[in-house]
Amino acid sequence: MNPLQTLRFAVGGLAANKVRSGLTMLGILIGVAAVILLLAVGNGSEQAVVNSIDALGTNSLTVTSGTSSATSTATTIQPLTVADAKALANTTNAPDITGVAPEVTTSQTAIYNGVSHSVSSVIGTYPAYFQAANSKVKTGDYFSDDDVLNSRKVCVIGSTTASDLFGTASPIGKVITLGGTPFTVVGELATKGTSTSSFNDPDDTIIAPLPTVQNAFTGFGSLSQILVEAKSASDTTQATNEITTILMGTHGIGSASAVDFQVSSQTSLLATRSSSTQTLTVLLGAVAAISLLVGGIGITNIMLVTVTERTREIGIRKAIGAPKGVIMGQFLAESTLLSLIGGGLGVVAALIGSHFSIVGIKPVIIPASVYGSFGIAVAIGLFFGSYPANRAASLRPIDALRHE
Amino acid sequence: MSHSLPALRRRAAAEVAQAKSQSQSQAGAEQARGPVPVITVQRLVKSYGMGEAAVHALAGPLDEQGRPQGVNLSIHQGDFVAIMGSSGSGKSTLMNILGCLDSPTSGRYLLDGIDVGGLDEHQLSLVRNRKIGFIFQSFNLVPRTTAVAQVELPLAYAGVKSAERRRRAMAALSLVGLADRADHRPNELSGGQQQRVAVARALVTAPAMLLADEPTGNLDTRSTDDVLAIVDRLNAAGRTVVLITHEDEVARHAKRVVRLVDGQVKSDVRQAPLAGPPPALLDPLDFAEHSLHAENQNHRHTQNPHTQNPQAQNPQHALNAKTGVQG
Repeated sequence: MNPLQTLRFAVGGLAANKVRSGLTMLGILIGVAAVILLLAVGNGSEQAVVNSIDALGTNSLTVTSGTSSATSTATTIQPLTVADAKALANTTNAPDITGVAPEVTTSQTAIYNGVSHSVSSVIGTYPAYFQAANSKVKTGDYFSDDDVLNSRKVCVIGSTTASDLFGTASPIGKVITLGGTPFTVVGELATKGTSTSSFNDPDDTIIAPLPTVQNAFTGFGSLSQILVEAKSASDTTQATNEITTILMGTHGIGSASAVDFQVSSQTSLLATRSSSTQTLTVLLGAVAAISLLVGGIGITNIMLVTVTERTREIGIRKAIGAPKGVIMGQFLAESTLLSLIGGGLGVVAALIGSHFSIVGIKPVIIPASVYGSFGIAVAIGLFFGSYPANRAASLRPIDALRHE
Repeated sequence: MSHSLPALRRRAAAEVAQAKSQSQSQAGAEQARGPVPVITVQRLVKSYGMGEAAVHALAGPLDEQGRPQGVNLSIHQGDFVAIMGSSGSGKSTLMNILGCLDSPTSGRYLLDGIDVGGLDEHQLSLVRNRKIGFIFQSFNLVPRTTAVAQVELPLAYAGVKSAERRRRAMAALSLVGLADRADHRPNELSGGQQQRVAVARALVTAPAMLLADEPTGNLDTRSTDDVLAIVDRLNAAGRTVVLITHEDEVARHAKRVVRLVDGQVKSDVRQAPLAGPPPALLDPLDFAEHSLHAENQNHRHTQNPHTQNPQAQNPQHALNAKTGVQG
């Protein structure tokens, strides 16, 4: 009895009941496809977070006012000022810092040609911001240091703001009214478009020179935050230390535990978000694994039915001399074949399915999940098929032959 | 796997010699007559249930305490034995035990020199494959499988190569006159044709004996004659046949008729000598003359008996040509 012959018997057995075999395979197919696809969705959202970290700039640091923890001994909190930003820009004290952009933020309504649009983030800053925040101009140009010094009413707008106010027309050179003040648009930013920021669209923004925004909206008081660009991603720790030292000096704080500001990197902000999507991936995977298990139980059920239905056939085969191993092999081959074909089709279905974005997330297939779930499907066929196969093989020929 | 059989046979042969010297019973007496017995059954008892409630399907004569002594039977190479009995007489139980499908409660069963009682499951499957060819009342073909594949099946289990398998299966099919039906599935064949496929499947491995359990029970008289004619010719070619039936017409074909009543051998009649052809081929005209089938007798009187006689249509030399089948 060679394996090929066993395989032919198994194929014959499966072909005898095409609908039943097909439905059982469907169970495994759905299980395997679900595992691969749901893990891919989880992985996709994780990947999106990683991409948005890159988009924000991995070497940028944010300095905000306030204490970071309950253990802080700071008694009063001094706001961040333009003077603080200027101190940070000193290259001798802070050799690892290449750019400093003080920021003030506000929300205003922009009007152009009767079209009104509420802009969630109007930022007043220095040109260094574009570099540090990894914001690139698509059309037009950045505003210059000269614009800042002269408090010119110019601005660069995000792509969402541009399309809402101007539609498809070019916004460059147009004058919009922002909170009652006219601004000339000099540039439009490239779309950052990350799906992770479900609350704030990073493309719905207007960036203008710092003194202009202070003059028009926020006043010349404190800054919202200071964006600092380190020389490289690996220098962020060094840069953080330099910022702390400098600001402790300008704020007149002696103890490191009494600082009234915090320095955070974009990476650390997003690490938390990344870990929460990881939990999501695990949950999705668990649900999918359960469906794969259910598919496996489906195989057991069908094989048990098959064994019962073919008891007489088993009796005949035993009467003409089929050894136990051959009978067992035939039924095991049938169940393994079911899971093999079902699993294979599941992989194909998942690969096709991954080309479509699911709930706004582009699935990214994890190669290990393909091999893993396919392997598990085949193992399930072997494992769940072995019980019915063993039952078939252990039948006494006389009992099997008498079965009606 | 097949290498285990000769070893088993040597071991069993020694045991047989020992058993022979010990028992001077019926089996021992028959031993002197001629060739080696294919089947030797000694003190065989098959009971269902335990203790007081025990029912003896096979008992043999009872001793003074009412305990079953068991059935003794010995069948020789080339014999054609019909085991008769009414329903419940134990003939099917005996057949199942002879076919290694069931195991006796007590007693010894030697098949072709092998003590079947001492075999494990795997060795039993080998014995069923190599030593026994089954023919069942209900044909018992594997569903959805072509005739030629049915016949190949025992060879496949025996590990015969594909080409050789096909050659021997086709030879066996042409022996039963079904070479042109090789690609038909059971549901495309008549009852008689199905039974002939079953006969081909039974003889394709060249087994030590053919075991037929009411082979004609589900067939009309015409198909019955076809199948029995094949069995007659197989026996004439030297194949040992054990046939279970309750029909006198079928039993007429046998050389020896054993009647079972209530699990005991009631009578054991020899109708034709062990050596030589079975009664149907000994004197075909006279045999047909005394057929119990009224239909056949009518035909004999109105037509040339030679056209009705299956033997005349299938000359003996056809058998001898199929050396592959005779293996």
